[in-house]
Amino acid sequence: MSKSKVQLAGNEKAKDDLSFEQALKRLEEIVETLEAGNSPLEESVKLYEEGMALAKSCMTRLNEAKLKLKKIQKKSGGDIEEIDLEVQ
Amino acid sequence: MSYELFENIRGAEEPQSSVSEERILKVKDLLRLSKSVLERNFPEVIVEGEISNFKKHVPSGHLYFTLKDDEAQVRVVMWRSDAAQVRFDLGDGMKILVKGKISIYEPRGDFQLYALSILPVGQGALQLAFDQLKKKLEDEGLFSEDHKKPLPEFPERIGVVTSLEGAAIRDIISIINRRFPLVELVIYPVKVQGDGAAEEIAEAIVNLNRVSNTDVIIVGRGGGSLEDLWAFNEEVVARAIYDSRIPVISAVGHQVDFTIADFVADVRAATPSAAAELVVPDKFKVLYSVQSLLRGITKSVEQRLHELSLELDKLTHHYALRQPASLVDQRSQFVDDLTRRMQAETEHFIKGRYEKLASVISHLTALSPQAVLKRGYAFVEGSRGVIGSVKKIEVGENAKIHLHDGTLDSQITGKYEQVEGSARREREG
Repeated sequence: MSKSKVQLAGNEKAKDDLSFEQALKRLEEIVETLEAGNSPLEESVKLYEEGMALAKSCMTRLNEAKLKLKKIQKKSGGDIEEIDLEVQ
Repeated sequence: MSYELFENIRGAEEPQSSVSEERILKVKDLLRLSKSVLERNFPEVIVEGEISNFKKHVPSGHLYFTLKDDEAQVRVVMWRSDAAQVRFDLGDGMKILVKGKISIYEPRGDFQLYALSILPVGQGALQLAFDQLKKKLEDEGLFSEDHKKPLPEFPERIGVVTSLEGAAIRDIISIINRRFPLVELVIYPVKVQGDGAAEEIAEAIVNLNRVSNTDVIIVGRGGGSLEDLWAFNEEVVARAIYDSRIPVISAVGHQVDFTIADFVADVRAATPSAAAELVVPDKFKVLYSVQSLLRGITKSVEQRLHELSLELDKLTHHYALRQPASLVDQRSQFVDDLTRRMQAETEHFIKGRYEKLASVISHLTALSPQAVLKRGYAFVEGSRGVIGSVKKIEVGENAKIHLHDGTLDSQITGKYEQVEGSARREREG
């Protein structure tokens, strides 16, 4: 199983690069594929694990999310820049 | 004729209003005298009438028209600087009140009313301006449903064009923080009322489109009078919203009143709070749907396990004679146990609260098909993938046997194919 472990590690990394929306979409795809029930066992296992990881990631992100605040400020010359604001 | 008097008048800088009949006046003096009398006696008048022969002079921007009623008419001039203060469009047939002063245009001897301000008769100036702009933009197609863009389901960056003072921005921040804090709020502070407010709002929308990668923009302010909300009824704001490639939600004060911005915006929210409610999903609903998806996964895995257990049943049946009874019992008990636990966990999911999900996931992971391997099962991989049937591999071929903690290399030395309930030994190595 060492081969699939390497791939799983790859998946773990990939899921962090996904946006929340992308992660949710991928999770939906996985559920559809698994529900269709015609993928080989080995692939099902991988999908199951990827799905679990995605679901966990989505829930963690939601539960640990902290609102980020930025303020637009005008620079001399008419350009604008963003500066961080504290959430009160 | 008194020459002396005549000289006096000619030399006077400020001609007198009372003139003796014997005097001979130059035309210019006549007009100056009359003008002086008029201006002194009518410093400011308010006249009601109907506009006709309306002309806006290009490029000066001065307005010229005739104000008339059933019995008389008078020429009216309005200089550009005064005309700029009139918020609605003037046109022939419109009934108006003109406040101004009367005077004489000397080169032509015309008696004229110099308008300082104009109000419509029968309705407020702002209401009329609103109605006029609304009709104009509607005719141009700025309110067209076809042009409206859908809002993103999960925005990551939300632009907010509003004042840093006031309740609007605080409401937006607190609601988004509560509903779906997985976003970045980019606040673009602007004046929301008074001179230059409309221009600042429009510029903010243009700039957010130009440089920021926000997924959606909220433009608004808290409630106020029609005058307070006026910036959101200005054409420059309407056009900026229309031209925005980023979807715009209008969020202006009052529930009841619509602004022009509301008509142009892709989505209209009745208040800034309402905009915050609809720009992001509710995180509890999203968590719930993630849970549903998890249930989907576990259900299909449960189904898969069930199928596997049926196969296992078949196998144990066939080998019943060769296997000790206790092993058969153990295996069917394991399958039962697994199925029971899967069901229990699924139930748990449906009832459980999301805080508990993390621990549930680890339980479920333990039940994954991979975990089956941990309990003494193996799968066989040949050169063409996983071997699900003896037909897929020949005697003499190499195969990998995957166990939970590693892989065994092996060679097939014999093969027994089941034929109608009996095992047929095909070849012995």
